Amino acid sequence: MNTVYLDNSATTKVDDEVLKVMLPYFSQNYGNASSIYSIGRENRKAIEDAREKVAKILNCNSNEVYFTAGGSESDNTAIKGIAYANKNKGNHIITSKIEHPAVLETCKKLEKDGFEVSYISVDENGILNLEELKDSIRPTTILISVMFANNEIGTIQPIKEIGEIAKEKGIYFHTDAVQAVGNIKIDVEKLNIDSLSLSAHKFYGPKGIGALYVRKNVPFVKFIDGGHQERNKRAGTENVAGIVGLGKAIELAYKDLDEHNEKIKKLRDYYVEQVEKRIPYIKVNGDRNKRLPGNSNISFRFIEGESLLLNLDLKGICASSGSACTSGSLDPSHVLLAIGLPHEIAHGSLRVSIGKYNTKEEIDYVVDSLVEIVERLRNMSPLWEEFIENGGNN
Amino acid sequence: MEYTQKVIHHYTNPRNVGKIEDASGVGEVGNPVCGDIMKMYIKVENNIIVDVKFKTFGCGAAIATSSISTEMIKGKTIEEALELKNTDVVNELGGLPPVKIHCSVLAEEAIHEAIADYYRKEGKMTEEEIIKKCKLKEKKECEACGH
Repeated sequence: MNTVYLDNSATTKVDDEVLKVMLPYFSQNYGNASSIYSIGRENRKAIEDAREKVAKILNCNSNEVYFTAGGSESDNTAIKGIAYANKNKGNHIITSKIEHPAVLETCKKLEKDGFEVSYISVDENGILNLEELKDSIRPTTILISVMFANNEIGTIQPIKEIGEIAKEKGIYFHTDAVQAVGNIKIDVEKLNIDSLSLSAHKFYGPKGIGALYVRKNVPFVKFIDGGHQERNKRAGTENVAGIVGLGKAIELAYKDLDEHNEKIKKLRDYYVEQVEKRIPYIKVNGDRNKRLPGNSNISFRFIEGESLLLNLDLKGICASSGSACTSGSLDPSHVLLAIGLPHEIAHGSLRVSIGKYNTKEEIDYVVDSLVEIVERLRNMSPLWEEFIENGGNN
Repeated sequence: MEYTQKVIHHYTNPRNVGKIEDASGVGEVGNPVCGDIMKMYIKVENNIIVDVKFKTFGCGAAIATSSISTEMIKGKTIEEALELKNTDVVNELGGLPPVKIHCSVLAEEAIHEAIADYYRKEGKMTEEEIIKKCKLKEKKECEACGH
């Protein structure tokens, strides 16, 4: 059975071209980039080349880019780093209710350490409430951190507007752009972004490598103490192969961005259209237009997400859900609850995230499988039985 | 911890799915907020559970525990069915991930509620006697998530 991979928001397959440029750094160019001999010096250059590539895409200076071990480390570094470095100015941070745990848990930890955090709500499509954001600003606000695009429902936030508000008030603005980089053109100058997190494995690069952009003159405390790597802002011997892979991956992602987006958006729209046409009692979650091109999130009423995933897995289909059973907690996804979904509908959500390797044939196979599985699970569901016995109204 | 082969087998091919139209007793436990609801139908003849069917809204473990517990009580006397513990269900499945143990508790409770319903319909026992015999839980909220 072939694997049909539709979980590209979770991670992506490494592009062959990316893998090819990485391989020499494992067995031939293995020198430590801090060493003075040639195989060290050459690696220093490879790292700086990759940094240039990232800077070019984001429209920043390469000395404003720091390599990290991924999105979570970048978020931790930016938020804790900026908070602690600016605590003499204030102790208030603003974020949203639908952030990734890397941001939410970091904020919760800061709250235990004397910081105050406002969690801004979102509308039923997952768009941040800008008025609430403005109203929550205090004289002590030092940082706003709002994600560029949501990992579960794909909603793209009004980043430009948030950047303007932050700039006007003299507050630093960080964005977790882990889902956005590779899908959206990002200009940190135009958008007034002071700090941005990204992760290579979301755009066909390797896992375990990410980057953090921090605007020059924005003070932040280093997160990992030790050696003087990354201009003394992130200790640890550089992951040269990973960095080279990230550089290649970001370059490739933006080379064919429009073409890539058009292709996956078309497949996504086709998927949603087919599901809407063939399966009754569903709800498409997230904004129909302001969303990542490959993302879809649909709730199938009267069934539970984990059993849906298990049945899809038996057919070789990889996707994800926001049900409690898959969120690792007893409640369904905080994002789905924040957009106002009742628990029982949030439990039945399915995220299908399409990537550049997917085909129309795969989408047809998935929709056919879903029609069969949803019907089977509904016939097993007491909620469905009740719904039908009540004449299909509620 | 992952699901055992037996769990996978049961959620892929659940036994006794459905509804008994002239059921002697029906028990429903859980609630949609937690993401688990089990509804158990039993048919009793001469104190023996001659047929049992279920409907479940929930995860793979919820479906598997419902399925296997129907098999475990079919053909048994009511007293034997009431003896079935959630741990027996877990053992029969070859284990469950710790976060899924509450599914086996739901299966045990659904059986007890179905039997209680049967006794109520029979009308020979007082509610107090039924609660005691069927070991019914007083509180209605879900132990796992508090909803």
